[in-house]
Amino acid sequence: MSYRVVCYINQFYGGKGGEEVADFKPELVEGPVGPGLELQKLFGDEARVIGTIICGDGYYAEHIEKARAECLKIVEDLKPDLFVAGPAFNAGRYGVACGDICAAITQSLDIPSLTGMFPENPGVELYRAQTFIVKTEGSARGMKQALTSMARLGLKLIKGELLGPAYEEGYIHRGIRKNFFKDKRGSLRAIDILLQKIAGQEFRTEYEMPTFKKIPPAPPIKDIKHATIALVTSGGIVPRGNPDRLRVSSAESYAKYDISGLDDLTPDEFESIHGGYDRMWANLDPDVVVPLDVMRELEREGVFGKLHPYLYTTTGTGTSVANAERFGQEIGRELKEAGVDGVILTST
Amino acid sequence: MTREIERVAQIPVAQIATIVPIMLTVGANRIVPGVAIPHPVGNPEAGPEEDKKTRRKLVLRALKALQADISEQTIFES
Amino acid sequence: MQLKLHKVKVRDVRWGDVTKVQEGVLYVDKASALEAVKDDAFAKVDLELARPGESIRIIPVKDCIQPRVKLSGGKEYFPGFCAPLQRAGDGATLVLDGAAVVTCGSIVAFQEGFIDMSGQGARYTPFSETNNVVLVVEPTDGLDKHKYEAALRIAGLKLATYLAKACMDTKADEVATFEKGSIAEESAKFPGLPKILYVCMSIAQGLLHDTYVYGTDVKMSFPFLLHPNEVLDGAVVSGNCVSACDKNTTYHHVNNPVVRDLYERHGKDLNFLGVVISPESTVLAGKERNARMSAAIGADLGANGAVITEEGYGNPDTDLCLTAKYFEEAGIRTVVISDEAAGTDGKSQSLADATPEMNAFVSTGNVNEMIVVPPMQKVIGDPKAIALLSGGSAESLWEDGSMYVELQSVIGSTVEIGYSQVGCEWV
Repeated sequence: MSYRVVCYINQFYGGKGGEEVADFKPELVEGPVGPGLELQKLFGDEARVIGTIICGDGYYAEHIEKARAECLKIVEDLKPDLFVAGPAFNAGRYGVACGDICAAITQSLDIPSLTGMFPENPGVELYRAQTFIVKTEGSARGMKQALTSMARLGLKLIKGELLGPAYEEGYIHRGIRKNFFKDKRGSLRAIDILLQKIAGQEFRTEYEMPTFKKIPPAPPIKDIKHATIALVTSGGIVPRGNPDRLRVSSAESYAKYDISGLDDLTPDEFESIHGGYDRMWANLDPDVVVPLDVMRELEREGVFGKLHPYLYTTTGTGTSVANAERFGQEIGRELKEAGVDGVILTST
Repeated sequence: MTREIERVAQIPVAQIATIVPIMLTVGANRIVPGVAIPHPVGNPEAGPEEDKKTRRKLVLRALKALQADISEQTIFES
Repeated sequence: MQLKLHKVKVRDVRWGDVTKVQEGVLYVDKASALEAVKDDAFAKVDLELARPGESIRIIPVKDCIQPRVKLSGGKEYFPGFCAPLQRAGDGATLVLDGAAVVTCGSIVAFQEGFIDMSGQGARYTPFSETNNVVLVVEPTDGLDKHKYEAALRIAGLKLATYLAKACMDTKADEVATFEKGSIAEESAKFPGLPKILYVCMSIAQGLLHDTYVYGTDVKMSFPFLLHPNEVLDGAVVSGNCVSACDKNTTYHHVNNPVVRDLYERHGKDLNFLGVVISPESTVLAGKERNARMSAAIGADLGANGAVITEEGYGNPDTDLCLTAKYFEEAGIRTVVISDEAAGTDGKSQSLADATPEMNAFVSTGNVNEMIVVPPMQKVIGDPKAIALLSGGSAESLWEDGSMYVELQSVIGSTVEIGYSQVGCEWV
């Protein structure tokens, strides 16, 4: 028995015509059509293209919810083992349609899906995390190569084989870092790369430098004498005994503690549970991480209006960016509701 | 965390930490360099008086940073 | 300088009346071994054995040390600690290859790691493949943590030296020679080969996060140059209680794979200049200074390239970035070796810092990736420590004794001197 595959292509590759029929509604044709014929050859006896959905790029783009639902219904009835869309190369609307339908089918029907695109296709950024997008050339000149990669990856997906790194499998990575056991130990790989780099040869870094998110600065505090200031820390300062069981590293939560009655953080009442620095000093006097003593003094002296009654705290070591962002959003919302005007955040 | 508090609440956040390049990469806008990783707002090795003096200086600097009208990431060294 | 490592292969470890190696079996006389490590700091000291493939978990582990002793060109081992101050790296050294001393005792609890001798966890640590003599200690009541660390560190070094010394007369199965002249001599011999410097960044961040060279804590030190033989012969000792996955244990230092692989290719496709030990400071000024000074050493030596390795993750990412940046600015091409903290789902930013000059990056794995390790029949050390591990949590330990933990809780799992074959890629 061979595996069952359903394909998706646009009106052009489906032989219906060009832009003039871009509003072509989804239609199921039995067996392979267009690029599917070559794909079928590559699958050989292992898999069979049982049907092909042909849909106009304009139709999918303008009626995305409806088009998606119609295609989903067709695929649900056919119950294939794999869904293949495109390849869309650098065609924007086609890429978005391929990405969208693949993502929907994998998510709703739990059927593996894949498509093919040029890395700059807008469909890549939108759907790379939700399906497999094989890297292709910018135009149909790269058809043969694209289909070869797609057929190879497709069979692996159907069989549930363990996949290697994205660059080896030929798809555009989904933004996930995964550990592998490599052929050579790290020191040897490093020396190879270094000698290639010195010789001016091409080399492959194992991690490209990221770009970081920035935001425009919030407006400053105009009237500090009446401003409420909150203290926030990622230095892991908590009441002794860590009542909320914050994790010492890779934090998944933050906690808030009432400091309204306190003038000072004493080692009898507070401690550091942070797993990333020598906590000797913080445990002698937690104020070296959270400056409560000085904040109270300045509050009394009238340097600023009022100290917010709650301290927000977490541990910032090995904590994922996603979690840190979530803590920030939740704390930000609470502080806004509480009418806080500014924050002093200390990190270790 | 700093960046998201500032973005969501639309209030200024002054971050005091030691490793300025990391604050720059995580998108903090008002940056006050701290003393050392285990004691960002204190200098306990220099004794209690100096420790508190240092802390007061840094907190005042952070309050100044909160009142500064800036258009990009700024490091407050004084 | 010429160093000959006389390797005596150890394939098994057992208790015996006399400490010796016979037909690949290391016999340990427990009473005299205990005598060698006694210290007033310990209320209780015990030794245990753990062999590859056994159902044993060792937790919490502090350091691992390869048993070694000088046969010629010096006395004892670890100058500045268990040996008088002599230059390491010359003469002959006996190595019990296939054996390790593992020190076990809770000091900072949560950032210490574990070793499984079998199962999934064993794949990630080199110490599942060594025949281990495990030193388990309990400190006296109220002993200061830093004093405890020092006592346990030195006890481990003493035990390793004791074991090797007792086997000094054993004939080596293999002799490995490491020989290299002065930088001027080697450069005259190999004028056409690229000159490569190795920068070994080392944690130097406080009493429980330290590295020692010739007995001295490098925390207040500038970056300095060592002959590769010195590194391979016990000049560098770990005093690091934290960062289980990516600290360089004392075992790793004497077997540093970057040093060995550069040596292997010395005179073939590169000219290995030497090793710079660069301390990772807790203050930015220290990071700046050490990065600039390392690059200055490289420039003065006329280096064409540098391998830069990190120790730990988080703030040392900044040391790594600055060092790569200043080397590149000096016209010296770089490659860095580092692990990643990409979150349990692999979707987070891998590094705390980044710089465009760091365009050649070798990854030794995502420390946050989750693994399941099966229950072990025997636990050496403190089983309670399991729930407190960094990379673990109260929920990590399942009822049957299995653990669902981050890779970072396994000793040596992502060591950034490139010791293992684990590495991260995009999927």
